[in-house]
Amino acid sequence: MKLREMKINQSATITRVTAPMEMGRRIRDMGITPGTQIQVIRRAPLLDPVALKLSGFTLTLRNNEADHIEVEIS
Amino acid sequence: MSNIIALAGNPNSGKTTLFNRLTGTVQHVANYPGVTVEKKSGYCAIHNTKYEIVDLPGTYSLSAYSEEEVVTRNFLIDERPEALINVVDATNLERNLSLTVQLLEMGIPTCIAINLMDAAKKRGISINSDNLSELMGVPVVPISARNGDGIGELGDITQNLSVKCSPIEVFYGSDIEEAIEKMLPIIEADKFLSKSLPSRWTALKYLEEDEITTGLGEKNSPEASKKLKLIVNKVAKHIGETLNTYPEAVIADYRYGHIRSIIKSVITIKEENQNRVYLTEKIDNIILNRFLGPIIMVGVIFMLYYLTFTLGEYPMELIGSIFERISQFADASLSDGILKSLLISGAIDGVGGVLGFTPLILFMFFGIAILEDSGYLTRMAFMLDRLFSFFGLHGNSVMPFIISGGIMGGCAVPGVMAARTIKSPKERLATILTAPFMNCGAKLPIFALLVAAFFQKNEASVMFIITMISWVGALIAAKILRITVLKGENSPFVMELPPYRLPTIRGLLMHTWEKVWQYVKKAGTTILAISILIWAMMTFPKLSEAEKQTFSQQKEQIQQQYSAATVKELTSEQKNISAAAIELKEKLSQIDKNASELQLRNSIAGRFGTFLEPVTSLAGFDWRTNIALTGGFAAKEVIVSTLGTAYSLGDVDPEEAKPLATKLANSPGWSTATAWSLIVFTIFYAPCLVTVVCIAKEAGSWKWAAFSIMFNTSLAFLLSTIVYQIMSA
Repeated sequence: MKLREMKINQSATITRVTAPMEMGRRIRDMGITPGTQIQVIRRAPLLDPVALKLSGFTLTLRNNEADHIEVEIS
Repeated sequence: MSNIIALAGNPNSGKTTLFNRLTGTVQHVANYPGVTVEKKSGYCAIHNTKYEIVDLPGTYSLSAYSEEEVVTRNFLIDERPEALINVVDATNLERNLSLTVQLLEMGIPTCIAINLMDAAKKRGISINSDNLSELMGVPVVPISARNGDGIGELGDITQNLSVKCSPIEVFYGSDIEEAIEKMLPIIEADKFLSKSLPSRWTALKYLEEDEITTGLGEKNSPEASKKLKLIVNKVAKHIGETLNTYPEAVIADYRYGHIRSIIKSVITIKEENQNRVYLTEKIDNIILNRFLGPIIMVGVIFMLYYLTFTLGEYPMELIGSIFERISQFADASLSDGILKSLLISGAIDGVGGVLGFTPLILFMFFGIAILEDSGYLTRMAFMLDRLFSFFGLHGNSVMPFIISGGIMGGCAVPGVMAARTIKSPKERLATILTAPFMNCGAKLPIFALLVAAFFQKNEASVMFIITMISWVGALIAAKILRITVLKGENSPFVMELPPYRLPTIRGLLMHTWEKVWQYVKKAGTTILAISILIWAMMTFPKLSEAEKQTFSQQKEQIQQQYSAATVKELTSEQKNISAAAIELKEKLSQIDKNASELQLRNSIAGRFGTFLEPVTSLAGFDWRTNIALTGGFAAKEVIVSTLGTAYSLGDVDPEEAKPLATKLANSPGWSTATAWSLIVFTIFYAPCLVTVVCIAKEAGSWKWAAFSIMFNTSLAFLLSTIVYQIMSA
């Protein structure tokens, strides 16, 4: 399942990051790699971007970036 | 040895706090050549040896995508600091160690400083630094930069780091390792890119297809580079076929895997703390709430605006009155002539103009420093991203727009500088170029004049329409720029929402001071030079002797119509003069005003205005408006007063422009179409001189400053021509 489809307060494990080039690099640099536990904690008032909780910090991503991240709901 | 100690680490890891603690108050801030990234350095003595401490920009990785990353990397490669202190955040070790591994791969003598140990303890996180040190192969010192714990030990260990440091070797999987095996001999044989960098590092950068490294390789050893690329292509193809991904991703995944295995043996977290909701999240529940969030944000923006312009007004007026005094003093003590005019209108007004902006810049940056240091600014970007990214801008573009005059009255100088908070270059540039379309305080008198002359009944609604035109125009212009000259995908919005922190007064003052000083130092000199140039354009050539004589003859003729007693009354110091004398005085001053008008028309700027009249008449502007707008390039405040001179009304005080409004309303050349045309032109045409200089400094090139003059003026002319032609048809 894609990260974009996750609902608020759902937790999941990242299984794959398919984003190309700079986007992929940025996503991985921030700690989104296979095996990472994430939780969707909120969406911006206009529903995009989305805020994720990782171990120790909070990260924001746009929906079109979340499209390139595959997750498995835990 | 260079005696340089560099500090590197993630943003928000407390690197700057450590830097301040090490260096004290004496710091030097400059920009790295060609980019807007700040280079901060200071000095620190450890056991009587003096070291230069360099605070490298905060980065998450050492790829070559952002200016910060390139700057950090180049510094480490070119300067080879004697020691590197890698500051990591104890509450967020996993992600921080990703950068650490990349730094250690470069083989620079490094010491890891685990900062925020106190915060970690509160969260029930304990870190075994001895274990971490063993696994990483470098010394690890737990510190708290805020309280000063562990700083002494950090100094001792850093000073005694062994000069030789073997780079860390992470296992990147058999495919990658095999490729590295094949690449190493090529790299070592050719010694290219060696510059004391480990060969393995170069091999990894080739596998990551790092543009800077491969570019250098191609330039220095094209043949070896070709061979390396062949190996990379082969492994990339293999990884693509078997794993459906690419080497860079594999490397990153293995690196994180390696870090996770380290973390497991280093960190223990108390069970009961694992699911705790921290204060930051509680605050976010309110501040990022779907309904409350935007309301709070409007309040915060309003506060910043209020702080900048209401509080900034007092010192601004003070500076203005000081320069007025200086100018009066110069006026009284010097004899009339070119030198006096140059000194007053060129130099004193020029310097006064530059310094007059400093209070605004000071208050604006103080306000932004609070928002930035506390962590609110990234939340604003988060809430507004959807809206602004649609136009190719960034969530943080809202600040520059508001400060430039997004709610009527503001100033594009601090506005353009506020764009520094946007890290992605294209979005930043688009913001810098469009923020000046907002209505700064100096444009308001022109609107007020035109409203008074043509739209007296609908003042409020016309002002509202003007604001809307600015916003819609700026956003559409930004979109146009982003699909033409600034073409490219929006930068990824993968951003950390940092924990809220209470800003320190010291940090705020330092941030503010650095920026104000940079403005005065860099913009000041250029602005002074150009304002003298514009003064010259509006002053030369002077009236010819024959013309001067005509005016003095006219004066004499008028004086002859009055009795000698009346004429004498004018030269005496007497306060109550007769009605006849008042009439004479007015007539004489009208001649002076006519002379000023002729002089202005005759000057270089005037000739330029007259020369352009055939073209500008398409938008309904005659030579008078042209000169006023040309003068407005120096400072928009000048437009109304120049228009006054051009209509033989003498210098018109922009605050008291009634006679001019009446004159315009009754002029045959003026209609509501002309008024709207001039309003539109004023909104969009070239930013004032000070703003243009700031654009050059902020964009890092005069090319963009020139672009903004051309683009804005063309756009303005196009729009006002359309408005004028449609409305007058």
